[in-house]
Amino acid sequence: MRDVSFAIAPGEMVGFLGANGAGKTTTLKMLCGLIHPSAGEVLVAGHRPQRRHPDFLRRITLVMGQKQQLIWDLPPMDSLRVNAAVYGIPDRVASRRIAELSDLLELGEELTRPVRKLSLGQRMKAELLAALLHEPEVLFLDEPTLGLDVNAQMRVRQFLADYNRRTGATVLLTSHYMADITALCPRVMLIHQGQLFHDGALDRLASRLAPERHVRLELEQPAPAEAFTGLGQLDRLENCEVNLRVDPAALTSVVAQILERFEVRDLEVNDPPIDQLIGELFRQGSL
Amino acid sequence: MRVFGLNWRIIRALLSSQYAHMLEYRAEIALWALSGVLPFIMLSLWSGSAARAELGLDGVALDRYFLSAFLVRQFSVVWVVYAFEEDALLGRLSPYLIQPLHPLWRYVAGHLGEQLTRLPFAALIAALFFVIQPQAFWVPSLGGFVLAWIATWMAFAIAFLLQSLIASLCFWSEKATALERLLFLPFLFFSGLLAPLTAFPPAVRAWVQWTPFPYLIDFPARVLSGDPVNLAAGFAAQLGWVLLLLPLVLLLWRAGVRRYSAMGA
Repeated sequence: MRDVSFAIAPGEMVGFLGANGAGKTTTLKMLCGLIHPSAGEVLVAGHRPQRRHPDFLRRITLVMGQKQQLIWDLPPMDSLRVNAAVYGIPDRVASRRIAELSDLLELGEELTRPVRKLSLGQRMKAELLAALLHEPEVLFLDEPTLGLDVNAQMRVRQFLADYNRRTGATVLLTSHYMADITALCPRVMLIHQGQLFHDGALDRLASRLAPERHVRLELEQPAPAEAFTGLGQLDRLENCEVNLRVDPAALTSVVAQILERFEVRDLEVNDPPIDQLIGELFRQGSL
Repeated sequence: MRVFGLNWRIIRALLSSQYAHMLEYRAEIALWALSGVLPFIMLSLWSGSAARAELGLDGVALDRYFLSAFLVRQFSVVWVVYAFEEDALLGRLSPYLIQPLHPLWRYVAGHLGEQLTRLPFAALIAALFFVIQPQAFWVPSLGGFVLAWIATWMAFAIAFLLQSLIASLCFWSEKATALERLLFLPFLFFSGLLAPLTAFPPAVRAWVQWTPFPYLIDFPARVLSGDPVNLAAGFAAQLGWVLLLLPLVLLLWRAGVRRYSAMGA
Protein backbone atom coordinates (compact mmCIF):
# COMPACT_ATOMS: atom_id res chain seq x y z
CA MET A 1 0.00 0.00 0.00
CA ARG A 2 1.30 3.46 -0.88
CA ASP A 3 -0.11 6.80 0.30
CA VAL A 4 -3.62 5.49 0.79
CA SER A 5 -5.65 8.00 2.80
CA PHE A 6 -9.35 8.01 3.44
CA ALA A 7 -11.94 8.58 6.14
CA ILE A 8 -15.28 6.86 6.49
CA ALA A 9 -18.08 8.42 8.53
CA PRO A 10 -20.11 6.31 11.00
CA GLY A 11 -22.99 4.57 9.25
CA GLU A 12 -21.53 4.80 5.74
CA MET A 13 -21.55 1.84 3.38
CA VAL A 14 -18.47 1.95 1.22
CA GLY A 15 -17.52 -0.38 -1.61
CA PHE A 16 -13.91 -1.29 -2.06
CA LEU A 17 -12.98 -2.18 -5.62
CA GLY A 18 -9.85 -3.37 -7.29
CA ALA A 19 -8.39 -6.16 -9.37
CA ASN A 20 -6.98 -9.29 -7.74
CA GLY A 21 -3.81 -8.36 -5.88
CA ALA A 22 -4.62 -4.64 -5.89
CA GLY A 23 -4.49 -4.46 -2.10
CA LYS A 24 -8.16 -4.60 -1.05
CA THR A 25 -7.85 -7.51 1.37
CA THR A 26 -4.55 -6.17 2.70
CA THR A 27 -6.28 -2.89 3.51
CA LEU A 28 -9.17 -4.68 5.22
CA LYS A 29 -6.74 -6.75 7.30
CA MET A 30 -4.91 -3.59 8.29
CA LEU A 31 -8.17 -1.92 9.30
CA CYS A 32 -9.18 -4.81 11.54
CA GLY A 33 -5.72 -5.18 13.09
CA LEU A 34 -4.56 -8.40 11.46
CA ILE A 35 -1.70 -6.73 9.62
CA HIS A 36 0.52 -4.07 11.15
CA PRO A 37 1.12 -1.10 8.84
CA SER A 38 4.83 -0.49 8.25
CA ALA A 39 4.20 3.26 8.05
CA GLY A 40 1.33 5.68 8.47
CA GLU A 41 -1.59 5.69 10.84
CA VAL A 42 -4.81 3.73 10.99
CA LEU A 43 -7.66 4.67 13.32
CA VAL A 44 -10.87 2.67 13.49
CA ALA A 45 -13.59 3.53 16.01
CA GLY A 46 -11.01 5.62 17.85
CA HIS A 47 -8.54 2.73 18.19
CA ARG A 48 -5.29 1.75 16.54
CA PRO A 49 -6.36 -1.64 15.18
CA GLN A 50 -2.96 -3.33 15.46
CA ARG A 51 -3.11 -2.99 19.25
CA ARG A 52 -6.19 -5.23 19.23
CA HIS A 53 -7.62 -3.64 22.33
CA PRO A 54 -10.56 -5.77 23.58
CA ASP A 55 -12.85 -2.74 23.32
CA PHE A 56 -11.86 -2.34 19.65
CA LEU A 57 -12.34 -6.07 18.95
CA ARG A 58 -15.84 -5.91 20.44
CA ARG A 59 -16.76 -3.10 18.04
CA ILE A 60 -15.65 -4.65 14.77
CA THR A 61 -16.14 -7.79 12.76
CA LEU A 62 -14.55 -9.31 9.69
CA VAL A 63 -16.36 -11.65 7.35
CA MET A 64 -14.35 -13.37 4.67
CA GLY A 65 -16.34 -15.18 2.03
CA GLN A 66 -13.62 -17.75 1.56
CA LYS A 67 -12.90 -18.40 5.23
CA GLN A 68 -14.98 -19.60 8.10
CA GLN A 69 -15.02 -19.26 11.84
CA LEU A 70 -17.79 -21.79 12.51
CA ILE A 71 -16.67 -25.19 13.80
CA TRP A 72 -17.01 -27.46 10.77
CA ASP A 73 -18.35 -30.58 12.48
CA LEU A 74 -20.75 -28.91 14.89
CA PRO A 75 -24.02 -27.04 14.36
CA PRO A 76 -23.62 -23.24 14.07
CA MET A 77 -25.47 -22.92 17.40
CA ASP A 78 -22.40 -24.32 19.26
CA SER A 79 -20.13 -21.69 17.72
CA LEU A 80 -22.73 -19.02 18.50
CA ARG A 81 -22.73 -20.04 22.18
CA VAL A 82 -18.93 -19.76 22.27
CA ASN A 83 -19.07 -16.34 20.59
CA ALA A 84 -21.73 -15.16 23.04
CA ALA A 85 -19.46 -16.15 25.94
CA VAL A 86 -16.30 -14.69 24.37
CA TYR A 87 -18.01 -11.34 23.69
CA GLY A 88 -19.69 -11.34 27.11
CA ILE A 89 -23.24 -11.25 25.71
CA PRO A 90 -25.75 -12.33 28.39
CA ASP A 91 -27.61 -15.55 27.48
CA ARG A 92 -30.99 -13.81 27.22
CA VAL A 93 -29.64 -11.08 24.92
CA ALA A 94 -27.76 -13.64 22.81
CA SER A 95 -30.92 -15.74 22.38
CA ARG A 96 -32.91 -12.67 21.34
CA ARG A 97 -30.25 -11.58 18.83
CA ILE A 98 -29.93 -15.09 17.40
CA ALA A 99 -33.71 -15.18 16.94
CA GLU A 100 -33.75 -11.74 15.26
CA LEU A 101 -30.79 -12.33 12.99
CA SER A 102 -31.82 -15.85 12.00
CA ASP A 103 -35.23 -14.45 11.14
CA LEU A 104 -33.69 -11.78 8.91
CA LEU A 105 -31.33 -14.29 7.35
CA GLU A 106 -34.05 -16.89 6.96
CA LEU A 107 -32.15 -19.43 9.00
CA GLY A 108 -34.09 -21.97 11.06
CA GLU A 109 -33.21 -25.57 11.64
CA GLU A 110 -29.92 -24.96 9.80
CA LEU A 111 -28.58 -23.61 13.09
CA THR A 112 -28.87 -27.06 14.64
CA ARG A 113 -27.38 -29.02 11.73
CA PRO A 114 -23.61 -29.59 11.45
CA VAL A 115 -21.95 -26.86 9.40
CA ARG A 116 -20.50 -29.44 7.00
CA LYS A 117 -24.04 -30.42 6.02
CA LEU A 118 -25.13 -26.89 5.10
CA SER A 119 -25.13 -25.48 1.58
CA LEU A 120 -22.68 -22.70 0.76
CA GLY A 121 -25.44 -20.09 1.01
CA GLN A 122 -26.71 -21.39 4.36
CA ARG A 123 -23.14 -21.53 5.66
CA MET A 124 -22.45 -17.95 4.61
CA LYS A 125 -25.61 -16.75 6.32
CA ALA A 126 -24.62 -18.64 9.49
CA GLU A 127 -21.14 -17.07 9.26
CA LEU A 128 -22.77 -13.64 9.03
CA LEU A 129 -24.89 -14.42 12.06
CA ALA A 130 -21.82 -15.50 14.05
CA ALA A 131 -19.91 -12.40 12.97
CA LEU A 132 -22.75 -10.04 13.89
CA LEU A 133 -23.89 -11.59 17.16
CA HIS A 134 -22.00 -8.98 19.20
CA GLU A 135 -23.61 -6.16 17.18
CA PRO A 136 -20.38 -4.66 15.86
CA GLU A 137 -20.35 -1.01 14.84
CA VAL A 138 -17.89 -1.58 12.01
CA LEU A 139 -18.23 -4.40 9.48
CA PHE A 140 -15.38 -5.43 7.21
CA LEU A 141 -16.82 -7.71 4.57
CA ASP A 142 -14.46 -9.39 2.15
CA GLU A 143 -16.35 -11.03 -0.70
CA PRO A 144 -19.34 -11.98 1.47
CA THR A 145 -21.34 -13.29 -1.51
CA LEU A 146 -18.54 -15.20 -3.21
CA GLY A 147 -19.77 -18.42 -4.77
CA LEU A 148 -23.40 -17.89 -3.76
CA ASP A 149 -26.21 -18.33 -6.26
CA VAL A 150 -28.11 -15.24 -7.42
CA ASN A 151 -30.96 -15.68 -4.91
CA ALA A 152 -28.63 -16.16 -1.97
CA GLN A 153 -26.60 -13.13 -3.08
CA MET A 154 -29.75 -11.01 -3.13
CA ARG A 155 -30.77 -12.19 0.33
CA VAL A 156 -27.36 -11.42 1.80
CA ARG A 157 -27.41 -7.99 0.13
CA GLN A 158 -30.87 -7.26 1.49
CA PHE A 159 -29.81 -8.38 4.94
CA LEU A 160 -26.74 -6.13 4.94
CA ALA A 161 -28.81 -3.14 3.83
CA ASP A 162 -31.35 -3.85 6.62
CA TYR A 163 -28.60 -4.33 9.19
CA ASN A 164 -27.02 -1.01 8.25
CA ARG A 165 -30.39 0.78 8.46
CA ARG A 166 -31.31 -0.85 11.75
CA THR A 167 -28.02 -0.49 13.63
CA GLY A 168 -26.30 2.40 11.84
CA ALA A 169 -23.22 0.20 11.43
CA THR A 170 -20.39 1.31 9.16
CA VAL A 171 -19.70 -1.14 6.35
CA LEU A 172 -16.65 -1.54 4.16
CA LEU A 173 -17.31 -4.11 1.50
CA THR A 174 -15.19 -5.73 -1.15
CA SER A 175 -16.82 -7.78 -3.84
CA HIS A 176 -16.19 -8.99 -7.33
CA TYR A 177 -19.93 -8.81 -7.94
CA MET A 178 -20.70 -5.29 -9.04
CA ALA A 179 -24.34 -5.90 -8.14
CA ASP A 180 -23.28 -6.00 -4.46
CA ILE A 181 -21.57 -2.65 -4.79
CA THR A 182 -24.25 -0.90 -6.84
CA ALA A 183 -27.02 -2.18 -4.53
CA LEU A 184 -25.33 -1.30 -1.24
CA CYS A 185 -22.65 1.34 -1.60
CA PRO A 186 -23.33 4.97 -2.55
CA ARG A 187 -19.59 5.55 -2.20
CA VAL A 188 -16.82 3.47 -3.72
CA MET A 189 -13.08 3.41 -3.44
CA LEU A 190 -11.05 1.93 -6.24
CA ILE A 191 -7.62 0.71 -5.29
CA HIS A 192 -5.05 -0.04 -7.92
CA GLN A 193 -1.50 -1.28 -7.43
CA GLY A 194 -1.61 -0.29 -3.77
CA GLN A 195 -2.84 3.24 -4.45
CA LEU A 196 -6.24 4.85 -4.16
CA PHE A 197 -7.42 5.69 -7.68
CA HIS A 198 -10.93 6.86 -6.87
CA ASP A 199 -12.89 7.77 -3.76
CA GLY A 200 -16.41 9.02 -4.33
CA ALA A 201 -19.73 8.27 -5.96
CA LEU A 202 -20.01 5.28 -8.26
CA ASP A 203 -21.21 7.34 -11.26
CA ARG A 204 -18.22 9.65 -10.93
CA LEU A 205 -16.01 6.59 -11.12
CA ALA A 206 -17.77 5.64 -14.34
CA SER A 207 -17.00 9.08 -15.81
CA ARG A 208 -13.36 8.73 -14.84
CA LEU A 209 -13.01 5.25 -16.27
CA ALA A 210 -14.89 6.09 -19.46
CA PRO A 211 -14.57 9.82 -20.12
CA GLU A 212 -16.64 9.61 -23.34
CA ARG A 213 -20.43 9.34 -23.71
CA HIS A 214 -21.94 6.73 -25.98
CA VAL A 215 -24.36 8.04 -28.64
CA ARG A 216 -26.50 5.53 -30.49
CA LEU A 217 -28.31 6.65 -33.63
CA GLU A 218 -30.90 5.13 -35.87
CA LEU A 219 -31.11 7.07 -39.15
CA GLU A 220 -33.89 7.19 -41.71
CA GLN A 221 -31.34 6.76 -44.54
CA PRO A 222 -27.92 5.08 -44.50
CA ALA A 223 -24.97 7.50 -44.45
CA PRO A 224 -21.26 7.07 -45.34
CA ALA A 225 -18.57 7.08 -42.60
CA GLU A 226 -17.21 10.41 -43.83
CA ALA A 227 -20.51 12.05 -42.89
CA PHE A 228 -19.61 11.60 -39.21
CA THR A 229 -16.23 13.34 -39.41
CA GLY A 230 -15.74 15.76 -36.55
CA LEU A 231 -18.64 14.37 -34.50
CA GLY A 232 -16.64 11.87 -32.44
CA GLN A 233 -15.16 8.40 -32.59
CA LEU A 234 -17.18 6.16 -34.90
CA ASP A 235 -17.49 2.75 -33.26
CA ARG A 236 -20.06 1.09 -35.47
CA LEU A 237 -21.79 1.81 -38.77
CA GLU A 238 -24.22 -0.77 -40.10
CA ASN A 239 -26.87 0.47 -42.53
CA CYS A 240 -28.86 2.93 -40.44
CA GLU A 241 -27.36 1.91 -37.06
CA VAL A 242 -24.54 4.15 -35.81
CA ASN A 243 -22.57 4.14 -32.55
CA LEU A 244 -20.40 7.12 -31.67
CA ARG A 245 -18.20 7.99 -28.71
CA VAL A 246 -18.38 11.70 -27.91
CA ASP A 247 -16.51 14.06 -25.61
CA PRO A 248 -19.03 15.02 -22.86
CA ALA A 249 -18.10 18.72 -23.20
CA ALA A 250 -19.08 18.68 -26.88
CA LEU A 251 -22.17 16.51 -26.45
CA THR A 252 -24.80 19.26 -26.87
CA SER A 253 -23.23 20.69 -30.01
CA VAL A 254 -22.62 17.20 -31.48
CA VAL A 255 -26.26 16.23 -30.94
CA ALA A 256 -27.36 19.52 -32.56
CA GLN A 257 -25.10 18.85 -35.57
CA ILE A 258 -26.42 15.28 -35.90
CA LEU A 259 -30.01 16.49 -35.93
CA GLU A 260 -29.08 19.12 -38.51
CA ARG A 261 -27.12 16.79 -40.84
CA PHE A 262 -29.28 13.65 -40.74
CA GLU A 263 -32.86 12.52 -40.58
CA VAL A 264 -32.88 10.77 -37.23
CA ARG A 265 -35.39 8.07 -36.32
CA ASP A 266 -33.98 7.49 -32.82
CA LEU A 267 -31.17 8.91 -30.68
CA GLU A 268 -29.84 7.64 -27.35
CA VAL A 269 -27.04 8.96 -25.11
CA ASN A 270 -25.62 6.46 -22.61
CA ASP A 271 -22.84 5.91 -20.13
CA PRO A 272 -21.22 2.50 -20.50
CA PRO A 273 -22.40 0.15 -17.70
CA ILE A 274 -20.16 0.42 -14.65
CA ASP A 275 -19.75 -3.32 -14.27
CA GLN A 276 -18.53 -3.51 -17.85
CA LEU A 277 -15.98 -0.78 -17.16
CA ILE A 278 -14.76 -2.32 -13.94
CA GLY A 279 -14.71 -5.77 -15.52
CA GLU A 280 -12.60 -4.41 -18.34
CA LEU A 281 -10.33 -2.75 -15.83
CA PHE A 282 -9.88 -5.98 -13.86
CA ARG A 283 -9.18 -7.92 -17.03
CA GLN A 284 -6.58 -5.46 -18.27
CA GLY A 285 -5.07 -4.99 -14.82
CA SER A 286 -4.20 -1.42 -15.71
CA LEU A 287 -5.83 1.99 -15.80
CA MET B 1 -14.37 -10.75 35.77
CA ARG B 2 -11.80 -12.34 33.48
CA VAL B 3 -8.54 -13.98 34.52
CA PHE B 4 -6.08 -14.32 31.62
CA GLY B 5 -9.02 -13.39 29.36
CA LEU B 6 -11.17 -16.23 30.72
CA ASN B 7 -14.18 -16.47 32.94
CA TRP B 8 -16.24 -19.47 33.99
CA ARG B 9 -18.77 -18.99 31.18
CA ILE B 10 -16.09 -18.91 28.47
CA ILE B 11 -14.40 -22.00 29.94
CA ARG B 12 -17.72 -23.87 30.00
CA ALA B 13 -18.64 -22.83 26.44
CA LEU B 14 -15.20 -23.67 25.04
CA LEU B 15 -14.95 -27.02 26.83
CA SER B 16 -18.45 -28.18 25.94
CA SER B 17 -18.07 -27.20 22.27
CA GLN B 18 -14.61 -28.76 22.01
CA TYR B 19 -15.74 -31.95 23.76
CA ALA B 20 -18.67 -32.20 21.32
CA HIS B 21 -16.24 -31.54 18.48
CA MET B 22 -13.83 -34.25 19.63
CA LEU B 23 -16.65 -36.75 20.07
CA GLU B 24 -17.14 -36.45 16.31
CA TYR B 25 -13.62 -37.86 15.99
CA ARG B 26 -13.96 -40.56 18.69
CA ALA B 27 -13.03 -43.40 16.34
CA GLU B 28 -9.83 -41.63 15.35
CA ILE B 29 -9.08 -40.78 18.98
CA ALA B 30 -9.55 -44.45 19.95
CA LEU B 31 -6.94 -45.36 17.34
CA TRP B 32 -4.62 -42.67 18.68
CA ALA B 33 -5.06 -44.12 22.19
CA LEU B 34 -4.21 -47.57 20.82
CA SER B 35 -1.17 -46.21 19.02
CA GLY B 36 0.20 -45.00 22.35
CA VAL B 37 1.05 -48.49 23.57
CA LEU B 38 4.79 -47.92 23.13
CA PRO B 39 5.36 -48.18 26.92
CA PHE B 40 3.87 -51.69 26.87
CA ILE B 41 6.20 -52.72 24.05
CA MET B 42 9.10 -51.33 26.05
CA LEU B 43 7.86 -53.19 29.12
CA SER B 44 7.93 -56.51 27.26
CA LEU B 45 11.44 -55.74 25.98
CA TRP B 46 12.77 -54.78 29.40
CA SER B 47 11.02 -57.71 31.10
CA GLY B 48 12.88 -60.21 28.95
CA SER B 49 16.21 -58.41 29.26
CA ALA B 50 19.02 -59.15 31.68
CA ALA B 51 19.50 -55.37 32.02
CA ARG B 52 16.20 -55.12 33.87
CA ALA B 53 17.99 -55.24 37.21
CA GLU B 54 19.80 -52.00 36.27
CA LEU B 55 16.53 -50.07 36.24
CA GLY B 56 16.10 -50.15 39.99
CA LEU B 57 12.45 -51.18 39.62
CA ASP B 58 11.88 -54.65 41.00
CA GLY B 59 8.97 -57.03 40.52
CA VAL B 60 5.70 -55.36 39.64
CA ALA B 61 7.22 -51.89 40.01
CA LEU B 62 8.38 -51.93 36.39
CA ASP B 63 4.93 -53.08 35.18
CA ARG B 64 3.29 -50.28 37.14
CA TYR B 65 5.82 -47.74 35.90
CA PHE B 66 5.14 -48.48 32.23
CA LEU B 67 1.35 -48.58 32.72
CA SER B 68 1.62 -45.22 34.49
CA ALA B 69 3.83 -43.93 31.66
CA PHE B 70 1.13 -45.00 29.20
CA LEU B 71 -1.59 -43.21 31.18
CA VAL B 72 0.46 -40.05 31.68
CA ARG B 73 1.25 -39.95 27.97
CA GLN B 74 -2.45 -40.41 27.11
CA PHE B 75 -3.36 -37.30 29.09
CA SER B 76 -0.41 -35.13 28.13
CA VAL B 77 -0.32 -35.67 24.37
CA VAL B 78 -0.02 -32.33 22.62
CA TRP B 79 -0.73 -31.58 18.96
CA VAL B 80 -1.12 -27.81 19.05
CA VAL B 81 1.70 -27.22 16.55
CA TYR B 82 -0.07 -29.30 13.88
CA ALA B 83 -3.48 -27.70 14.44
CA PHE B 84 -1.97 -24.24 14.62
CA GLU B 85 0.10 -24.67 11.47
CA GLU B 86 -2.95 -25.82 9.53
CA ASP B 87 -5.06 -22.95 10.85
CA ALA B 88 -2.36 -20.40 10.03
CA LEU B 89 -1.82 -21.75 6.52
CA LEU B 90 -5.53 -21.96 5.70
CA GLY B 91 -6.28 -18.52 7.11
CA ARG B 92 -8.54 -19.88 9.87
CA LEU B 93 -6.46 -18.06 12.45
CA SER B 94 -7.64 -14.64 11.29
CA PRO B 95 -11.15 -14.76 12.83
CA TYR B 96 -9.66 -16.00 16.14
CA LEU B 97 -7.15 -13.15 16.19
CA ILE B 98 -9.84 -10.50 16.03
CA GLN B 99 -11.88 -11.90 18.91
CA PRO B 100 -11.34 -10.71 22.48
CA LEU B 101 -9.87 -14.06 23.56
CA HIS B 102 -6.30 -15.30 23.15
CA PRO B 103 -6.44 -17.93 20.37
CA LEU B 104 -4.26 -20.34 22.39
CA TRP B 105 -7.17 -20.89 24.80
CA ARG B 106 -9.13 -22.49 21.97
CA TYR B 107 -6.32 -24.98 21.45
CA VAL B 108 -6.08 -25.66 25.20
CA ALA B 109 -9.83 -26.37 25.22
CA GLY B 110 -9.42 -28.61 22.17
CA HIS B 111 -6.77 -30.67 23.99
CA LEU B 112 -8.86 -30.96 27.15
CA GLY B 113 -11.89 -32.02 25.10
CA GLU B 114 -9.74 -34.63 23.40
CA GLN B 115 -8.44 -35.92 26.75
CA LEU B 116 -11.98 -36.37 27.97
CA THR B 117 -12.89 -38.26 24.79
CA ARG B 118 -9.77 -40.40 25.19
CA LEU B 119 -10.55 -41.27 28.84
CA PRO B 120 -12.76 -44.37 28.26
CA PHE B 121 -10.37 -45.82 25.69
CA ALA B 122 -7.35 -45.30 27.96
CA ALA B 123 -9.29 -46.86 30.87
CA LEU B 124 -10.20 -49.84 28.70
CA ILE B 125 -6.57 -50.40 27.68
CA ALA B 126 -5.49 -50.13 31.34
CA ALA B 127 -8.18 -52.67 32.31
CA LEU B 128 -6.92 -55.05 29.61
CA PHE B 129 -3.39 -54.63 30.96
CA PHE B 130 -4.56 -55.76 34.42
CA VAL B 131 -6.33 -58.76 32.90
CA ILE B 132 -3.04 -59.79 31.29
CA GLN B 133 -0.85 -58.78 34.26
CA PRO B 134 -3.11 -59.27 37.31
CA GLN B 135 -0.14 -59.24 39.68
CA ALA B 136 0.52 -55.60 38.71
CA PHE B 137 -2.92 -54.42 39.85
CA TRP B 138 -2.91 -51.60 42.35
CA VAL B 139 -5.12 -48.74 43.39
CA PRO B 140 -3.23 -45.58 44.26
CA SER B 141 -4.18 -43.75 47.45
CA LEU B 142 -6.45 -40.73 46.99
CA GLY B 143 -3.58 -38.41 47.85
CA GLY B 144 -1.25 -40.20 45.46
CA PHE B 145 -3.86 -40.07 42.70
CA VAL B 146 -4.45 -36.34 43.15
CA LEU B 147 -0.70 -35.64 43.13
CA ALA B 148 -0.27 -37.79 39.99
CA TRP B 149 -3.18 -35.96 38.37
CA ILE B 150 -1.60 -32.58 39.12
CA ALA B 151 1.81 -33.81 37.91
CA THR B 152 0.20 -35.06 34.66
CA TRP B 153 -1.53 -31.72 34.09
CA MET B 154 1.74 -29.91 34.74
CA ALA B 155 3.39 -32.25 32.22
CA PHE B 156 0.64 -31.36 29.76
CA ALA B 157 1.19 -27.65 30.47
CA ILE B 158 4.95 -27.94 29.83
CA ALA B 159 4.43 -29.96 26.64
CA PHE B 160 1.75 -27.51 25.46
CA LEU B 161 3.98 -24.50 26.09
CA LEU B 162 6.97 -26.16 24.41
CA GLN B 163 4.91 -26.90 21.32
CA SER B 164 3.28 -23.46 21.40
CA LEU B 165 6.77 -21.98 21.33
CA ILE B 166 7.41 -23.91 18.13
CA ALA B 167 3.91 -23.18 16.84
CA SER B 168 4.60 -19.45 17.22
CA LEU B 169 7.40 -19.91 14.70
CA CYS B 170 4.62 -20.47 12.13
CA PHE B 171 4.47 -16.70 12.00
CA TRP B 172 7.96 -16.81 10.46
CA SER B 173 8.17 -20.25 8.90
CA GLU B 174 5.25 -21.96 7.23
CA LYS B 175 6.50 -25.40 8.27
CA ALA B 176 7.05 -25.24 12.02
CA THR B 177 6.01 -28.89 12.43
CA ALA B 178 9.38 -29.89 10.98
CA LEU B 179 11.01 -28.25 14.01
CA GLU B 180 8.69 -30.14 16.31
CA ARG B 181 10.20 -33.38 15.05
CA LEU B 182 13.56 -32.20 16.33
CA LEU B 183 12.02 -31.89 19.77
CA PHE B 184 10.37 -35.31 19.56
CA LEU B 185 13.65 -37.22 19.52
CA PRO B 186 15.02 -35.99 22.89
CA PHE B 187 11.49 -36.31 24.27
CA LEU B 188 11.37 -39.96 23.24
CA PHE B 189 14.67 -40.81 24.92
CA PHE B 190 14.79 -38.54 27.94
CA SER B 191 11.15 -38.37 29.01
CA GLY B 192 11.04 -41.90 30.41
CA LEU B 193 8.79 -43.26 27.69
CA LEU B 194 11.32 -45.84 26.44
CA ALA B 195 12.94 -46.51 29.80
CA PRO B 196 12.83 -45.05 33.28
CA LEU B 197 15.53 -42.42 33.74
CA THR B 198 17.33 -44.76 36.11
CA ALA B 199 18.36 -46.74 33.01
CA PHE B 200 20.72 -43.92 31.97
CA PRO B 201 24.27 -43.48 33.29
CA PRO B 202 24.46 -41.05 36.24
CA ALA B 203 26.22 -38.37 34.17
CA VAL B 204 23.48 -38.40 31.51
CA ARG B 205 20.80 -38.47 34.21
CA ALA B 206 22.35 -35.48 35.96
CA TRP B 207 22.38 -33.56 32.68
CA VAL B 208 18.86 -34.57 31.64
CA GLN B 209 17.46 -33.33 34.97
CA TRP B 210 18.10 -29.80 33.69
CA THR B 211 15.87 -30.32 30.66
CA PRO B 212 12.04 -30.37 30.76
CA PHE B 213 11.84 -33.94 29.42
CA PRO B 214 11.93 -36.04 32.64
CA TYR B 215 9.02 -34.00 34.00
CA LEU B 216 6.83 -34.94 31.05
CA ILE B 217 6.58 -38.70 31.70
CA ASP B 218 9.10 -40.08 34.22
CA PHE B 219 8.18 -37.87 37.18
CA PRO B 220 4.35 -38.07 36.88
CA ALA B 221 4.54 -41.81 36.10
CA ARG B 222 6.57 -42.44 39.24
CA VAL B 223 4.11 -40.40 41.30
CA LEU B 224 1.20 -42.46 39.90
CA SER B 225 2.91 -45.83 40.28
CA GLY B 226 3.90 -45.04 43.85
CA ASP B 227 7.68 -45.18 43.33
CA PRO B 228 9.72 -43.27 45.86
CA VAL B 229 10.30 -39.85 44.28
CA ASN B 230 11.26 -36.40 45.48
CA LEU B 231 7.86 -34.73 45.15
CA ALA B 232 8.99 -31.25 46.14
CA ALA B 233 11.88 -31.23 43.67
CA GLY B 234 9.69 -32.68 40.88
CA PHE B 235 6.82 -30.23 41.29
CA ALA B 236 9.25 -27.33 41.71
CA ALA B 237 10.95 -28.28 38.43
CA GLN B 238 7.58 -28.57 36.67
CA LEU B 239 6.46 -25.20 37.99
CA GLY B 240 9.82 -23.69 37.07
CA TRP B 241 9.49 -24.86 33.46
CA VAL B 242 5.94 -23.53 33.20
CA LEU B 243 7.01 -20.16 34.59
CA LEU B 244 9.97 -20.03 32.22
CA LEU B 245 8.11 -21.10 29.09
CA LEU B 246 4.91 -19.09 29.57
CA PRO B 247 6.44 -15.61 29.17
CA LEU B 248 8.60 -16.89 26.30
CA VAL B 249 5.51 -18.17 24.47
CA LEU B 250 3.65 -14.92 25.06
CA LEU B 251 6.62 -12.82 23.89
CA LEU B 252 7.22 -14.90 20.78
CA TRP B 253 3.48 -14.91 20.04
CA ARG B 254 3.30 -11.13 20.32
CA ALA B 255 6.32 -10.70 18.05
CA GLY B 256 4.87 -13.24 15.61
CA VAL B 257 1.47 -11.58 15.41
CA ARG B 258 3.24 -8.38 14.30
CA ARG B 259 4.66 -10.34 11.38
CA TYR B 260 1.44 -12.16 10.60
CA SER B 261 0.33 -11.67 7.04
CA ALA B 262 -2.97 -13.52 7.48
CA MET B 263 -2.01 -16.20 5.02
CA GLY B 264 -4.51 -17.86 2.79
CA ALA B 265 -7.11 -15.13 3.05
